[in-house]
Order: sequence, then structure tokens, then C-alpha cells
Amino acid sequence: MRDNVKGIFHRADANLALDRKEHVRSRDLQIRMAESAAFIVTGASRTFGQTKALNDVSLRVERGEMTALIGPSGSGKSTLLRALVGLVALDAGPGRVEALGLLVQTGGKVAPQARAVRARIGFIFQKFNLVGRLTLFSNVMIGRLGRIGFWRGLFGLWSHADRSLAMHALHRVGIAEQAGQRAANLSGGQQQRGAIARALVQQAEIILADEPVASLDPASARRVMEALADINREDGAAVVVTLHQIDIAKHYCRRIVALSAGRIVYDGPPDGLDPERLRSIYGAEYQDAAPAVFGAPVSA
Amino acid sequence: MNGSAPPPPVRPLPARLLDLVLWGGLAVLLLISAPAVHLGDLTLLGAHSDNMRNFIGGFAHPDFSQAGSIVMDMLQTLEMALWGTALAVIFAIPLGLAASRNVAPVWVQQPVRRLLDALRAVPDLVIGTMFVLAVGLGPLAGVLAIALNTGGVLGKLFSEAVEAIDPQPVEGVRAVGAHPLQELVWGVAPQVAPLWTSFGLYRFESNARSATILGLIGAGGIGQRLFESLGAFDYGQTATIILVIVIAVSLIDLLSQTIRTRLL
Repeated sequence: MRDNVKGIFHRADANLALDRKEHVRSRDLQIRMAESAAFIVTGASRTFGQTKALNDVSLRVERGEMTALIGPSGSGKSTLLRALVGLVALDAGPGRVEALGLLVQTGGKVAPQARAVRARIGFIFQKFNLVGRLTLFSNVMIGRLGRIGFWRGLFGLWSHADRSLAMHALHRVGIAEQAGQRAANLSGGQQQRGAIARALVQQAEIILADEPVASLDPASARRVMEALADINREDGAAVVVTLHQIDIAKHYCRRIVALSAGRIVYDGPPDGLDPERLRSIYGAEYQDAAPAVFGAPVSA
Repeated sequence: MNGSAPPPPVRPLPARLLDLVLWGGLAVLLLISAPAVHLGDLTLLGAHSDNMRNFIGGFAHPDFSQAGSIVMDMLQTLEMALWGTALAVIFAIPLGLAASRNVAPVWVQQPVRRLLDALRAVPDLVIGTMFVLAVGLGPLAGVLAIALNTGGVLGKLFSEAVEAIDPQPVEGVRAVGAHPLQELVWGVAPQVAPLWTSFGLYRFESNARSATILGLIGAGGIGQRLFESLGAFDYGQTATIILVIVIAVSLIDLLSQTIRTRLL
């Protein structure tokens, strides 16, 4: 099963050589920019009504890391992820988010350059957030919007290079055959891989994934997690993924950050999360989050 | 499962009371309004049946001698409707977006809403008369009147379609670093396109009828001819004109219905 899944991402053909060249280029870029972290969050708070979704959170994520954000429902992990790219504004105050060395938001205001930062960060949503009536191909092309000229993007005048970039991305996640179909007609797993292809054509230096497998069956979930791990490994992109199930987080991520009631309550390797600690993080939800819904762990 | 199943859900009393107030209120309104519209005069329908018979009898012998030029006038009316609707759609797209809560800030959205209300509230006969004074008698006055009035209607309908979209795909487009205008083109437009087209076609249907009425103020087309022959008590000619209108409007209804069912 695992070999099959891996096969999708490692087809030996001409495209691979092109992809590699792309990787080398993006690695050079990373070396040049190595001095800046992927994210630096300091003193971030966000209140919804009476609830503190984030309560004075500080966090640093390095480039190339694969990090899981875990915690019970309502612990603030989605809010934190969205705040990282300014899709959620923090409370007014000293809270501050920097991504790739650029300011994303501070004092409750999203910075003007947030759009330029988003162009370099792929965001994967729980509900895929593809435009259902557009073809899968068009949805992937949308990933180029932040990287090309305004008018070109507005009218969809994609260059030949951009089109082939999109097809390579679709091929890499194994759904190139469906390029001409409307996104709404695809299965959940295919849509989520389409969303990953959209992040790939962004040539994203960071991938953020908000519960990317919560709406998927176990087999699709595994393919999506493998795709994210593959991008982390092969392209050196930092991946931050929020997950409800602990075993998935432990299997794919070397660093786990646990949130509870808007505060970071654990930050470290998977081994440090013993059942006692998990029970205290998840409380009543422990039984739901802990069982191995993802099947027996596969050794890496 | 232990114990007995719970009872079926019951609508709470306040909700049922609200229903009673709403439907009861409508009934009371109808009763109050009856004298105002002279509903009692319905009995006259029977008393004056001879006059009716004369009027309708005149239509039993349609006069086809000028059928060719009548059809040409009908075409002119449809062309007015087509241009009026096309201009209205061009106005309505930016106005409709600006009038949507989920697209424009409230200080833009509310004034645009009021502007659309005003465009809708003024009858197209009044707007048409204004344009007759400006550009003279003829179809252009009709086209402009249709464009303004329909622009108001479509702007409101378009904005309601925009407010009903799924925000998630738009967030997906925003997350790649797209410009707000690109969000509209790639995130909003694909979602509202079928509804907008459907509304546009529906307004074209009803504008084919409005364009007929606009003949009353000298805006040309088949309407002008209709009111001239009615004024001359030429019921044979009138019958032919009405026949042509009925056929044309039915054909357009059929056509746009076919297009709309294919779209949705």
C-alpha cells in the first residue's frame, strides 16, 4: 500500500528531471534566505466574543520543518494557522506575526505586504476551498495569481510555462487525468490533492494545512499526508499542519505543538507526548483523538 | 437502545404565534385593501357584458394586410429590449458587487443600495419621458429607460446572488496572494455566473413586454403602433399586432427557458 502511494510521487519520467531542476533552484533560494525563520509569532492573542481563541501565543517555526499543531476542538489551532498569513487578524495589542522575514500583522492590523507573503505560502483547507464550477486545471492556475502580473492574472492569460507547471503539479499528485473536469465533480481526496497542486504551482516555501484530512476517508487521508510529507522532503518546504488525530501527527511530524484553550501546552518531539500528557491536553476528547483511526503506524 | 424513543420535535409556541401573526396580518391587509381597489365593482363584469362582446368581437377578424411591417416593428421592439438589457447588465455588474455586504464595506454598500432602490422605484415610463425630452422621440429613449430601470432591478438581484455565495473558495483564492479584484473574478464570478445569466435572460423576457408599453410615450417599435391603432378603434389591426406580440413573447420565453435550464 505504501509503495503504491509513494509511486505516485516518484514516477521516473521526463517531468521528474524538470521538477528536480525546480527543486535545486528553490534550494538555492532557501540557502540565500536561510537567516530568516519561516514564522515568528510573538504574544499573539485573538478573542471571539468571550472566548480567547489565542492567549498570548509565541512560536517560532524554522524553514524546512514539518510541524503538527494538535489540540482539542476550539483549542485555537485553526485560528493560529489563519493568523500566520493574516486570514485572521489578531486582537489589537503587541501581538505580532512575521513570515519569511516579512511582517504579516501587528497591532491587530494586517500589513500591506501580507498579499506578497501569501503568494509564497500554500494554504490547504479542510474543505479544500476549490472553486467548484471551474476546472481542476483553472483551480491550479489560480495558484499562480500571486506570482504573475495583475492583468495577466485577472484575465487568465496563463503563459505556456505556467500551464506546464500546473500540469506537472497535477501529475505529481496523481490527478493529471482529471485536469479538464470541474472541481465539484471530483472526490474529496482528489480535490484536496488539487489544492496541494495549487500550492505546488505557487512554488510555496511554506505549506500551511488546516485539518487537511478531517473530511477524507482513511485511504485519501494517507495519500494527502504523504503528498505533504513529500513536498517537505523533496522541496524543502516548511509544513505546518493542524490535525485532530494524534497518531497522524506523531507519524508524519518530528515536532508537535499542542494547544489547549488558546495556549501552547506542549512543544517538542512526538516521543514526549505520553498518554498522561495527552489526556491532560485533550480532556474529554481524548478517546476520540487517540485511537489509531489511521491504521497501524507505518515505520518511516 | 434502552427506554422508549423520545417524542417527535414540537415547534415552539413563539414560532407558531409568529406564523399566526404573519398570515393573519396578510388576511387583514387584504380585507382592508378591498374597498380601495373597488373590489365590489366585480359585479359590473356581468352587467356590461354587451360592451365587452363588441370589443372582443372586433378582434375576431384580424387584419393581416400590414403583417410584414408589423413584424418589422416587433423586431425593433425586441432590439430595444436587447440593447436595454445589455446596457443594464453592464451597469448592474459593478453596482451589484458594490451593493453586496460580503464584497464592499458598509459605507459603499448602503449608498449603492439606495441608488438601486431609486432606479427601481421610478417607473420606466417616467424615465422614458425624461429621455424623450433629452434625445427626442424614438427607440433610443426607450432603450435608455429600460437600461436604467432594469439596471436597478438587476443590481439588486446580482448583489443578492453575491451575498449567497460560499465564502470558502474566495478564501482559497485570497490565500494564494491574489489581488481583491482577482478574488472577484476567480472566486466570486464563477459562483454567481449561472444565476446572473439566468436573471439577465429573465429580465430580457420581461423587457420585451416593457418595450411594448414604452411605445405609449413615443419610444417607437410595436408599442407605438399598438396604441395608434387602439386610438383609431381599428380592432382588426390591433388584433394582428397583439397576435404578433403574443407569438414573439412566447418564443422568447421558450428560448430563454431552454438556455436557463441548460445553465443551472
